[in-house]
Amino acid sequence: MSEMWTSKLRTKWQKNLPIEKLLPDDQPAYVASWIYVFGVLTLSALAMIIASGIVLAFQGPAWYHTSDTGKFMNSMHFWSVQLFFVFMVIHLWGKFWMAAWRGNRFRTWATGAVAFISSIATAFTGYLVQTNFDSQWISFEAKDGFNSMGVGAFFNVTNLGQMLLLHVAFLPLILGVLTIVHVLMVRKRGVVPPIDAVPTIASGGSR
Amino acid sequence: MSLNKELKHEFDAAPWRGKTKRYDIVKEGTIALAIVAILALSLSLLMGSPDETPLTFKGWAVSNSDNFYATTVQELAGTSGTATYGAPYNKASDGLNAGPLWPQKWMGVTHPIDSVNDFVISPLSTQVMSTEIASAVATWKTASAQQKQDWATAYDDAITKAEGKISAVPAGAYGPVPALAQGLTDMAKGGALDAALLSQGGFFQTDNTKQILFFGDGSYLDDAGTAANLQGGTWGMMNETGRYPGQAWLWLYSFWYQIPPFNNEESKPIGANADLYIMLIMGVMSAGLVFIPFIPGVKSLPMRIPIHRGIWRQYYEENGIKRRRK
Repeated sequence: MSEMWTSKLRTKWQKNLPIEKLLPDDQPAYVASWIYVFGVLTLSALAMIIASGIVLAFQGPAWYHTSDTGKFMNSMHFWSVQLFFVFMVIHLWGKFWMAAWRGNRFRTWATGAVAFISSIATAFTGYLVQTNFDSQWISFEAKDGFNSMGVGAFFNVTNLGQMLLLHVAFLPLILGVLTIVHVLMVRKRGVVPPIDAVPTIASGGSR
Repeated sequence: MSLNKELKHEFDAAPWRGKTKRYDIVKEGTIALAIVAILALSLSLLMGSPDETPLTFKGWAVSNSDNFYATTVQELAGTSGTATYGAPYNKASDGLNAGPLWPQKWMGVTHPIDSVNDFVISPLSTQVMSTEIASAVATWKTASAQQKQDWATAYDDAITKAEGKISAVPAGAYGPVPALAQGLTDMAKGGALDAALLSQGGFFQTDNTKQILFFGDGSYLDDAGTAANLQGGTWGMMNETGRYPGQAWLWLYSFWYQIPPFNNEESKPIGANADLYIMLIMGVMSAGLVFIPFIPGVKSLPMRIPIHRGIWRQYYEENGIKRRRK
């Protein structure tokens, strides 16, 4: 039984990420700053982006040009993206100044940083599929950078169909997986202790 | 790693055994989602979202007929931006390089574009043509490559000398080129060129590359970009049309285009290859973001600049921990 891949995975999961860590009902007392709020706000904005994006996907990229409801959903999508980046950048800076990679948390930092870069790519393709003047302009201007790298050979920013599929399928999948892994890493490793925190005080306190 | 550092690392990595407090993660997530939903809803209702109508070839040909006409001649003469671009559209140039790196050239022609046929002859051929245009197309198709080049180049030069004013171009040995340019201009004015460029005689099509590139060869798109404050030299990459925020997160990418030598196309080798150099710089910086925890100097900034004293102020005060000098 113990040689089964499934049982090995379950054992490892239960050891590293028991339900008490996944859904905790307590946390270190030092988690007492507004900066901690921006992680969950980023996730919330991402949820809004996905929800509004699904509605837009059902109606197609040109729907919002002709429908008031479509315009409203497009606005929800647009502002959720703006909020997402504001929250994420504050979250990122906060984690930098906490040196949040300490204590074997490099992978938590790295998945967050790569998720940030993936978000930029996802948002960029979103701007390309607006099917308005802005998307005409951005695709013409942006092609030179990608072509200069040779990337234009397989990532053609002037191809609406390709950009639309990447925007609604591939890139959100990458971002979604990175986000889930990032959050699981946070739950597994816990919130990084304060810089200058000393073991004697940490271990001597009580709930 | 010294013993002190090793102990600190072990302490940072170990599960927290100090003072804790109650924490309702589900409640926090629900409240955060509600706050963001209200914010997004309010901004959407108050501000809406940008949606400038896309440009069309009809709009271009009607509003600036001479420029559209002259651009068509450039496509035939092989002097337009697209015709001289290089990979991935054609082999007209080697593209950009950074020292020995020629990635644009290396990847080759993956989206072939023949500006003469794709932009002019094929779209004209999809229409029911007048006798004059049909004759011009037939003459063009049966002429030798050298003859075509001579006609188109002579006319292109003449238009340049006349500073783009078509009516001021003197008569000359231009063959069918004026008729072809006039035919495409009339087709664009009638609104038929937009769809013809996209479909290229087919039915299903989702690739707008040919339309976008043809647009960019003239001044219509460029003028509209300037009017909307979207040019790269004015932080255009992070701007949006109207009074809406754009991709502000691209500020660092835009930044390089504002400073020498990147903002001077005449400056070799960097300015002339700015797109490639800036992409490489951003690639390195992106990797740098991921690997900050290993970059000497950068990784210790949070310890040297005591912003963390504000973040964990309550903890430091409760435990009487003074800042340690690094």
